Amino acid sequence: MTAHVYVTLKRTVLDAQGQTVQSALRGLGHASIADVRQGKFFEIQMNGVSREQAQTEIDLVAREVLSNPVIEDYRVLILE
Amino acid sequence: MKFGVVVFPGSNCDHDALWAVSQNLGAEAEFIWHDSRKLPAVDAVILPGGFSYGDYLRCGAIAKFSPVMTAVKKFAADGGLVAGICNGFQILTEAGMLPGALIRNKGQKFVCRPVELEIATTNSPFTNAGHKGDHVTFPVAHGEGCYIADEQTLNQLEAEDRVLFRYIDNPNGSMRNIAGICNAGRNVLGMMPHPERVTEPLMGSSEGLVVFRSMISAFATK
Repeated sequence: MTAHVYVTLKRTVLDAQGQTVQSALRGLGHASIADVRQGKFFEIQMNGVSREQAQTEIDLVAREVLSNPVIEDYRVLILE
Repeated sequence: MKFGVVVFPGSNCDHDALWAVSQNLGAEAEFIWHDSRKLPAVDAVILPGGFSYGDYLRCGAIAKFSPVMTAVKKFAADGGLVAGICNGFQILTEAGMLPGALIRNKGQKFVCRPVELEIATTNSPFTNAGHKGDHVTFPVAHGEGCYIADEQTLNQLEAEDRVLFRYIDNPNGSMRNIAGICNAGRNVLGMMPHPERVTEPLMGSSEGLVVFRSMISAFATK
């Protein structure tokens, strides 16, 4: 079982890195790029768990360890 | 009075903090290794600056799970003085012992220079030896020092007189120029600037002693 976890800064939190990337891209002529938000991506392998168990466990890990709920949101995808 | 200075893998201001209180103020002090499950008999704990666990995941995110932090949380809950400086402040917010969070500096750059601060209140065990409104200059050295919290939290911090230090010329984009705060119990401090780096004339200034003198005075009158 593989889990993908995406962690991004909340919309209300200034993303200084994303803004810098955006201004660099615009500087390269990509005028249509209106906004860039930078985040983290985790690819997690799991053994011997059902899809439901994986969902519950990864959700817990994403909430308590991989993200800081004060500043970040997360999204979990469970893959086969 | 005895200070304990926690040493995480990657701490790099631990010796400075120990020196500040032991050599310059004559207090007893010892290091506490990060995998200690119990604190030695100390009266105050300093979480020093540095890059605990390489700042992996987020600054302070791994350190908050180290065994010593369970003991530090209990120590603070029992009223013990805890001062988190720089990475120590980041660890305290990650551990939920102080509100808010510290994110990448607004200007993206690592900022490493002396900055002027205002002592915003003397109503704390970390600033009682100073004067409200006084300006002091402490060095900062951080890439993730931009303090953020929601409006309600910021209002509460101000209403409860829990902002201890403010930047005069904000170096990192921190909301409301906040450089240091304390918890509701007023016994846990978090600040990004480094008072331990200005504690004797050889360092160019002794202005940082005010923080440690305050702690010693608070303990003596407890």
